[in-house]
Amino acid sequence: MDRRKSIKAMALTTLSAGFLAEACKLSDKKQDEAKAEEKKADGGYDRQPEEMEKLKAIAAQTFFTPDEMATITILGDIIIPRDEVSGSASDAKVPEFIEFIVKDMPEHQVPIRGGLRWLDVQCMKQFGKGFKDCDEKQQFEMIDQIAYPETAKPTMKQGVAFFNKFRDLVATGFFTSEMGVKDIGYSGNKPNQWNGVPDDVLKQHGLAYSEKELKECVSFS
Amino acid sequence: MGNLQIKTNPKLYDAVIVGSGAGGGMAAYMLSKAGLKVCLIEAGPMYDPAKNVTQLKNSWESPRRGASTKFRPFGDFDACYHGWEIDGEPYTTTKDTEWDWFRARMIGGRTNHWGRISLRFGPKDFKRRSIDGLGEDWPISYDDIRPYYDRVDKLIGIFGSNEGLEDHPDGFFLPPPKPRLHELMLKKGAANAGVPVIPSRLSILTKKINDERGSCFFCSQCGRGCQVYGDFSSSSVLIKPAMATGNVDVLTNAMAREVLTNKEGLATGVSYVNKDDLQEYQVNGKVVILAASACESARLLLNSKSARHENGLANSSNVVGKYLHDSTGASMGGVVPQLLGRKRYNEDGVGGAHIYSPWWLDNKKLDFPRGYHIEYGGGMHMPGYGFTNGIQFVNGKFAVNGQKKQAGGYGKSLKEDYRYFYGAQVHMAGRGEAISFESNYCEIDPGVVDKWGIPVLRFNVKWSEHEIKQAKHMKETFQEILHQMGAVVTYGDDFGAHNNYGLETPGKIIHEAGTVRMGNDPKRSALNKWSQAHDCKNVFCVDGGQFVSQADKNITWTILALSMRTSEYIVDQLKKQNI
Repeated sequence: MDRRKSIKAMALTTLSAGFLAEACKLSDKKQDEAKAEEKKADGGYDRQPEEMEKLKAIAAQTFFTPDEMATITILGDIIIPRDEVSGSASDAKVPEFIEFIVKDMPEHQVPIRGGLRWLDVQCMKQFGKGFKDCDEKQQFEMIDQIAYPETAKPTMKQGVAFFNKFRDLVATGFFTSEMGVKDIGYSGNKPNQWNGVPDDVLKQHGLAYSEKELKECVSFS
Repeated sequence: MGNLQIKTNPKLYDAVIVGSGAGGGMAAYMLSKAGLKVCLIEAGPMYDPAKNVTQLKNSWESPRRGASTKFRPFGDFDACYHGWEIDGEPYTTTKDTEWDWFRARMIGGRTNHWGRISLRFGPKDFKRRSIDGLGEDWPISYDDIRPYYDRVDKLIGIFGSNEGLEDHPDGFFLPPPKPRLHELMLKKGAANAGVPVIPSRLSILTKKINDERGSCFFCSQCGRGCQVYGDFSSSSVLIKPAMATGNVDVLTNAMAREVLTNKEGLATGVSYVNKDDLQEYQVNGKVVILAASACESARLLLNSKSARHENGLANSSNVVGKYLHDSTGASMGGVVPQLLGRKRYNEDGVGGAHIYSPWWLDNKKLDFPRGYHIEYGGGMHMPGYGFTNGIQFVNGKFAVNGQKKQAGGYGKSLKEDYRYFYGAQVHMAGRGEAISFESNYCEIDPGVVDKWGIPVLRFNVKWSEHEIKQAKHMKETFQEILHQMGAVVTYGDDFGAHNNYGLETPGKIIHEAGTVRMGNDPKRSALNKWSQAHDCKNVFCVDGGQFVSQADKNITWTILALSMRTSEYIVDQLKKQNI
């Protein structure tokens, strides 16, 4: 969308946006005062009392040991390192997310804790020390044995299962962070007017709207 | 608890309504607008999407990144409180049967987060027994309900297109949104597979219809509730204006226990437990309207036993709880190679697909009696918990930016893969009509009560060969559409006799209906054609319970139309002093 068009679109959305602005004004006033602290606790979105209780219970406990957290941080940054587009897992606070989510979903606790221990024991066998104390070369040597499910040795299956699960958690944590959403290029979540697929994209895919669609569908100019 | 008392509200209401979803909300709206004094009982708290906001929040604002909890089974930002599992409110199933029961507890009920898929039944949907000999015909026809569908379209707002299809009737539609990129591809693939695709019919305002509600601003988050009321939920579109009349008293966190009746067998009101103070209350009305959801309304009737109604209220026919049926469901999805590495832009659109496929075949030529429609999904969504899961199942199957890789992996190469596969998935799900059988039912479990001492439901539901064969047809159709698109199937292709062809557990699609069905014969139905109990003229049921059959359409639009029709009948009957 060129600049002129986007200004026009903004003007047209004022009606919808007006409702939002008003809602914000009202709630801002309230929240600015006594509710500021409560807002912080509930994350600033609708929470029921039973949900607040659960959040409080989670905040009151620590699951991973400092050693486990150190390993989680190293592993996370191996899976999602900094590159030319965005930062690393630890830049996006993925270790903190993993600490939260295993308390929120206790079914993760045994596979992750057990997997971390499995990894340490494997490293002890192969290199004489736990994963986090291995040098970088040894760490990658270990990870290469469990990161590729289709070619991993049968003796590494438990490590593969752990790494698959851990990769999922790290990737979720990263790509749902502000940095990760920007990286993956999701550009919605804002008031706008859907006018159909951009022309250049239609062209790229050799597609076009039918006459019926153009006639019957809502369009915004 | 040495001093348990029942506190009786001294007010005599014209109507007491139990439940505030589509059926209860419409009844409250119609009756209050007609000047009647209404008491609305709801088992959950107050809710208003303009005040209880989760819309437009980013994933990172949720510590669980939008993942579900038992308090919000559809995700941390979803607008429905509770669902599959509620502490202190159990239910049971008989041996070797399964039933998943979703229960909302809030003003507006499930309409706060529903898919807004708003489909009229067609003329044949009211007369299926006459066509295939299964189930039962409705005591009403399409012509009886059509004027109410028309009025619901205009009152609430719906987009769609008039296609002149007999079984998928035309309506009063706002313009639909244009298809998204993957939807254009799905449409093409489906056409090649012989499956027609038309614009969705969703109760979302693509144009403003009144000053109380804004129009859609295309954030795709209807499931979170809309701050400008740009979509239909009972809380914002029906309950709010009903309360504004001053004629409705709303009692929240009030769990209905029984419908009370007098010596003559007529209803006098409803007893309930207040979940906040745990005290017992009673509220009286000239009419009692049940809209607690198909199964909760049946439970309430079965629990309302008296000398005049020994088998439960409105149940001399013994049909209450029976004929329980949910939509069938099966799904499949895949990756579309043309969408890999796609250009980024905002394609949020409305909350839901912009296209769908209404049932297109003649069951007389097939080995199963009833149809289904197809719902589609895919595209570039807001990243949420779990959306990157299982990359090892796909990244070895495609050349990423021209380079073939091993499945799994880590590091910069893996980061590239996540970007490459983002937004390249499509999904499809069938939603079909199940046959309503007497042998599929819920009943009161004689040995179990909930935390307030209310006897709970026990379910006994099994799919028949009709639903299983229909699921097989769905799966084969999905495979063909995906094949025609050149897509690689990534889930849902493990189907066969061993897993009922991927047919979901009954209850899972959350379209349950049929437990308090209407009919002309009082021996074979609980309600007459005005949703009025045959056995008790001042008791009505306006939720999914009254359905005789549920068609291959989602049932909400029909609940709204029937509740509107029944509400006008109630106003008329009260005026004539017939009830």
